[in-house]
Amino acid sequence: MDKEKIVVLGLKAWFDEKQALHGINIRIKEKKATAVIGPSGCGKSTFIRCLNRMHEAIPGARAAGRILVDGQDIFGPEVDPVLVRRQIGMVFQKPTPFPTMSIYENVIAGLKLNGLKGKELLDEAAEQSLRRAALWHEVKDDLKKPGIGLSGGQQQRLCIARALAVKPEVLLLDEPCSALDPISTGKIEELIHELKNSITIVIVTHNMQQAARVADETGFFLLGELIEFGGTKGIFTTPRDKRTEDYITGRFG
Amino acid sequence: MSIIKRNKGDVWFKTTALLLAASIPFIFLLLFLLLIWQSRLSLRTFGIGFIFNSGWDPVRDQYGALPFIYGTFVSSILALIIAVPLGLGCAIYLAEVSQSRFKEWLATMVDLLAAIPSVVYGLWGLAVITPIFGLSMMSAGVLLAIMILPTITSVSREVLQAVPLSLRESARALGATKWETIKLSVLPPAASGIIGSTILGLGRAVGETMAVTMVIGNRPEISGSLMAPAYSLSAVLANEFAEASSNMNFSVMVEIALILLAFTVLINGVAKLLVWKIIGHNRIH
Repeated sequence: MDKEKIVVLGLKAWFDEKQALHGINIRIKEKKATAVIGPSGCGKSTFIRCLNRMHEAIPGARAAGRILVDGQDIFGPEVDPVLVRRQIGMVFQKPTPFPTMSIYENVIAGLKLNGLKGKELLDEAAEQSLRRAALWHEVKDDLKKPGIGLSGGQQQRLCIARALAVKPEVLLLDEPCSALDPISTGKIEELIHELKNSITIVIVTHNMQQAARVADETGFFLLGELIEFGGTKGIFTTPRDKRTEDYITGRFG
Repeated sequence: MSIIKRNKGDVWFKTTALLLAASIPFIFLLLFLLLIWQSRLSLRTFGIGFIFNSGWDPVRDQYGALPFIYGTFVSSILALIIAVPLGLGCAIYLAEVSQSRFKEWLATMVDLLAAIPSVVYGLWGLAVITPIFGLSMMSAGVLLAIMILPTITSVSREVLQAVPLSLRESARALGATKWETIKLSVLPPAASGIIGSTILGLGRAVGETMAVTMVIGNRPEISGSLMAPAYSLSAVLANEFAEASSNMNFSVMVEIALILLAFTVLINGVAKLLVWKIIGHNRIH
């Protein structure tokens, strides 16, 4: 039995008065890749943004329920959302290197927030993170160049390196490949396979083939509810719910 | 089907637009040349020494522009020292911090500051500032700071708001606090625009006439004390141009106008260079 890294219990979320999630229960296993699929507006992005409390950063947005990470409720009253985000990394749809910073500065940005000092330490962390993001060999001679000078796919891996630098135990990927070409997408998917040996990954994707390729388990969201959740193979070959079947066979969405 | 080009409208439009566009640099050039021509007497008599000389005696036709250059420069820098932190802080509050309705009200108030006529500022300065600092360089600096505050605030605010939300989210997701997010992801890309807003403020301070004339004391002397009366290029033009007593006096006044123009052109030139340097750093491919 795999260890459960994140246990979500009765998670509800709102934008002002509009409810986006209606009581989600899900158990995400440690050192596995879990995919979240569903049509646009189904709440999958809102869900993943709750996992590191980014949802509440939007004015008017709130959430209720329990999210236990290693048994600790990240919605607990004594919990600082800023510290939650330092331990649960996130990468977004659009690659967003900080535009005035070099590749090197981008990677260590999070470490500097944590107050890490010393050139050797930072250099080492930067190299290690870039290696883990499978970007080191492409940029090792250009570390001083601007991050936004890289290609789209490289920029996205730079953002992954930036998220990995602070050594998170969970990495959230919110449609990380939807702005990338197939080759760059392939590289990121390879990377996900590599990374899940060491950390827990949750990926939101609208690309069902991608979910099938990278995820151990998959959850299908519809209208703010989790319709079905289980092993990826089972979801795609023998879905239990009619709505899941309709979606994966392309009958709607 | 007719595919033969039928009308020359596009050509006419292009020519007209070009002419209209070209008229702007032409007017500028004309202005410059006129000032040089009208000040030829002064230029020939005093030469380059005019801007380094501080004697000012219209009766004996002895002139030096240094006190005015000094007054303009120091009062404008004083204004920037006060207005930049204030304006930037206000812009950060408006663009990044506040989510309340108070924000809109505050932004409107700041914009209204820009609509107040210069002479009203001058009267207000006489009523409120000069009782504290006297007719002095300091009074001019403080008054100018208030006058350029809306420029710096509203331009900086727009620049900050132009920074993509995705950058803020990235910083937040790295575990940055509100202030760290601003420092890490908002201010660096906005820096060139913020410098731009500062320079715009400086440009306004250098050219500002009426309010400065009313509070600066109008004494053509260079004093080490900020509390002493001073004079500025624009103020001396406003006060003395109409009463020029001789051809030389008139010519000197025009040369001062020329210096003022050169000053503002130079400021904007330097600003552009600075901005280009920063933008160049941002996009290298």
